[in-house]
Amino acid sequence: MIASAALVIFSRNPVHSVLWLILAFFNAAGLMVLVGAEFIAMLLVIVYVGAVAVLFLFVVMMLDIDFAELRAGFMNNLPLGLLLAIILICELVLGLGALRAGSVQLGVDIANATPDTVPNIEAMGQLLYSKYLFLFEAAGLILVVSMVGAIVLTNRRRGGTRPQRISDQVKRRPEEATRNESPEVGKGVSL
Amino acid sequence: MTETFISWGMDADWAFFAASIAGILLITLPLLLAVAMIIYADRKIMGAINLRRGPNVVGPFGLLQSFADGLKVFLQETIIPSAANKGLFLLAPIITFTVALAAWAVIPFNSGAVLADINVGLLYVLAISSLGVYGVVISGWASNSKYPFYSAMRAAAQMISYEVSIGFILVCVVLWAGTFNLNGIIEAQRGHGFGIVNAYILNPLLFPMWVLFFISSLAETARAPFDLTEAESELVAGYQTEYSSMSFALFWLGEYANILLMCMLNAILFFGGWLPPIDWEPLYLVPGWIWLFAKTFVFFFMFSWIWATVPRYRYDQLMRLGWKVFLPMSLLFIIITSGYLMLTRYGV
Repeated sequence: MIASAALVIFSRNPVHSVLWLILAFFNAAGLMVLVGAEFIAMLLVIVYVGAVAVLFLFVVMMLDIDFAELRAGFMNNLPLGLLLAIILICELVLGLGALRAGSVQLGVDIANATPDTVPNIEAMGQLLYSKYLFLFEAAGLILVVSMVGAIVLTNRRRGGTRPQRISDQVKRRPEEATRNESPEVGKGVSL
Repeated sequence: MTETFISWGMDADWAFFAASIAGILLITLPLLLAVAMIIYADRKIMGAINLRRGPNVVGPFGLLQSFADGLKVFLQETIIPSAANKGLFLLAPIITFTVALAAWAVIPFNSGAVLADINVGLLYVLAISSLGVYGVVISGWASNSKYPFYSAMRAAAQMISYEVSIGFILVCVVLWAGTFNLNGIIEAQRGHGFGIVNAYILNPLLFPMWVLFFISSLAETARAPFDLTEAESELVAGYQTEYSSMSFALFWLGEYANILLMCMLNAILFFGGWLPPIDWEPLYLVPGWIWLFAKTFVFFFMFSWIWATVPRYRYDQLMRLGWKVFLPMSLLFIIITSGYLMLTRYGV
């Protein structure tokens, strides 16, 4: 997974990068299966690999990316990138330290809240729709707001477009759409 | 099957490994044979509807036609366009074919006769079928040619659109069955219709969902009337334009394996899978897989029938149907179904 994630950055072709990203998602799903969270693994594949990454690929394939231009910007962004990298490394070190210190008890231990015999879809459903109902609905609301926002931002009405009117098209019958004519020699047919 | 191998004197790990391999072969080899025969059936049905004979030269009644075609493409030269992205160009058919076979792991052929009896079986099928689009998209891009690229764009948009409504339709079925496990879904259909018919189809809340599912499965497998990805009058052969010999054959086989899978899903989710159609004791004497295959073939016949009958859709109509008709309808039915079940089965 780390190898494919690294190749996302290092491959020269952006389409290859996206494909490596998909492989990374896929490996993450595999890891989820190994720790026994098969529901999350399937959702990861359906949502990220099946939908999000396809759209990524879609966009990247259609972009005409100039590689030289990308390289030129590299030195300008280097200080910022290094700063971010240092912050992330510090966080990783801190995180490893916290892991050594032992797990943090956040109220009830969620992992052991349900017995192993309950399939983890049910276990997650029980938690999401009872204890975390408010958070769950808030997440849904945020997604709806962002979706509506995106549609409002991009949906500009232009004048003079001629959209398809499907109901009119379906209503049309052969009698009104066609007619038989027998034009005389040398004369055309009026439309 | 693991127990059999243990009784032959293997230790548990090796027995599990051998049993998995044997199970995979037991599914894959008959599946490939079935794909060959279903291609033959497709051409015969199409021929009969067009008042032609269909394939009738190779073997008795032309039965060996698909094998002759297979042999032919096997002996051809694989041509890779010089401007193509070679690795991805060869990877694409492999992805299509592998993904088409992978989904069969969770299909139950009889009570307990399933390779991987996992709790999230239906989600697995959905996940795998959502991967199918990559084969098409990658082939379209890697061919480095205009028509395959258009086709790949169309395929990506089409498959994502219809997957959304398929997902919602499956939620309705799962709500009735109370499980994602495919065997569990089939068991839940026992005597569902008036206490005697083993199917969900007579349920007035699920029948419209089946109609939507059937049409969506046509769109998902890019069959006529939704075969815009390979509309030959505008796109030559779509994403397969640059492919030849075995790399083309892999697309072909994968496509038909997917069609067969979708037919089988129709049978499993709405028509009781391996259960006989009527909950009557003598019918259980017939093995379950025969019922499943019979139901699957009925759906395949409907696929071919539609192929020979219905003209191709326009692309904007396809998108409109997916997003403006199927999606709201399936959402509405989820609300109705879950409301009904909450009132009757679970209590408010």
